[in-house]
Amino acid sequence: MNQQDFEQRNTPVWTRLDEMIQAIGKRHGKDQRDAKQVEFPHLYRQVCHHLAIARERQYTTHLIDRLNQLMLRSHQYLYSARAGNFSRVMQFIGGGFPALIRREQRLFWLAMALFVLPALIMGLSVYFWPEMIYTLMDSSQVSQFDQMYSPSSPYIGRERGSDDDVLMFGFYIYNNIGIGFRTFAGGMLYGLGSIFFLFFNGLHIGAVAGYLTQRGYIDTFWPFVIGHGAFELTAIVFAGMAGLKLGFSMLAPGRKTRLTALIDAARVSIRIVYGVIGMLVIAAFLEAFWSSIKSFSPEIKYIVGAVLWSMVLLYFIFAGRRHAD
Amino acid sequence: MLDTYREIETPEGVELQLRPAGPIVRAMAWLVDVLLRFAIYMVAGIALQIFGRFGMGMLLIIVFLLEWFYPVLFEIYWRGETPGKRWLGLRVLNDNGTPVSWGPSLIRNLLRAVDFLPLFNGFGLVTILFNPDFKRLGDLAAGTVVVYKDKETHTALVPETDAHTPPIALRLEEQRAVINFAERSQRLTEVRAAELADIVAPVTGSQGFAGIKRLYEMANWFLGKR
Repeated sequence: MNQQDFEQRNTPVWTRLDEMIQAIGKRHGKDQRDAKQVEFPHLYRQVCHHLAIARERQYTTHLIDRLNQLMLRSHQYLYSARAGNFSRVMQFIGGGFPALIRREQRLFWLAMALFVLPALIMGLSVYFWPEMIYTLMDSSQVSQFDQMYSPSSPYIGRERGSDDDVLMFGFYIYNNIGIGFRTFAGGMLYGLGSIFFLFFNGLHIGAVAGYLTQRGYIDTFWPFVIGHGAFELTAIVFAGMAGLKLGFSMLAPGRKTRLTALIDAARVSIRIVYGVIGMLVIAAFLEAFWSSIKSFSPEIKYIVGAVLWSMVLLYFIFAGRRHAD
Repeated sequence: MLDTYREIETPEGVELQLRPAGPIVRAMAWLVDVLLRFAIYMVAGIALQIFGRFGMGMLLIIVFLLEWFYPVLFEIYWRGETPGKRWLGLRVLNDNGTPVSWGPSLIRNLLRAVDFLPLFNGFGLVTILFNPDFKRLGDLAAGTVVVYKDKETHTALVPETDAHTPPIALRLEEQRAVINFAERSQRLTEVRAAELADIVAPVTGSQGFAGIKRLYEMANWFLGKR
């Protein structure tokens, strides 16, 4: 068959497909899916076939380009991403996430150690030798912490306005989730970035806790941090764990190439990051609107804190056990 | 061998041709997006000022959301384009040529934090320069590629003339050469086209502009016009 006959015979198919793409581009949701179900794939496959023929028979560049464009555009629509559906999100929260963490628990313990050990060591050394804190912070930062948590400071006992709560909420979202993301992304540097963030945040948190405890600000500091800490500290460890997974996939790719190992690891890691985002939003909310309330006695704060910690622990130990995967 | 096409075979067994986009055009798209975000922060900052500390909190949340999720949401809902990419005719695709999906988009945009290190996208630039598909670290891990959006084809049609039988039978490749000449000669100067046509003067039996015309006629004949 020569080219003109070929074009003549098949042009109706091409124009029909072209019309459909333009129509789909303008519609949304259900209409779009309906269009996908029947006619569209059929026409698309026909055009693929025509393109293959045109290339094989070396028809003119003009025709091949035209078919190539048509095929590219339909390909984009036919294989476009499905919107994440609600039930999958619920499944993830309801058990997929803790099951995933348990499956990767070796990485979890490693990230945990990288975070908790520096915190403990730094915390204890500052507690016994308070001047150790100056290895991490300068005196203005230290006096800022002094002011914030000193029972005699004018800020203590004064209720903040609700607009202050919103300001702090915004700050915690911006700052803490940002740190979580960087801890994850740092894993791309063969894990070094994640290790750095875990280690450094551990040191910092340990130093502040050790210092304030040694100064005797126990009733102002610990009730404040205990509640949201359950979500925040755990989430930072998870973020580090997700980053370490990226790093290890490149260091020890096993039987895959480094690149495929990395891509596969990233797919798992990003699901951990979904969970981290959720936890850090909860943490920011608690920190801004619950931890800051000063009208409750420290005892109540400790009780609520204990409840929150056990919820987190029980969730990650027991939820999603029936998930076989 | 030197061009940057990347070919992907679809499930239908046909090859897709993609053209990965290089560092300069991507940097420009990035810059457009940065400026756009900056403009939004300015406007939001001024507007939210009247709400005092409440407004500041809102602004911080807006900055957070835009810094991290602006590219992700655009890439998902605009089929792989952010405003900057749309401006410069780029789009993000999965490695298999399908539109980028949630996971990969989030991965590539979170890892932007590393690509940005140590200064001004340093790691990203170095990786792009060493990778045949111009991928930065985020693209490598996500399995995505930034390509030029499909453009309308620029190749000209074979000019319509009368069809004329060639004096001798030509092989398929020779027929293709004639057709390709007819398509491309329109982008050459007439003198150059005539010069090329003169190479096959023994076949066309004529010189100069008449030779071009003869080749057009043959091309039409090969395409099936009688």
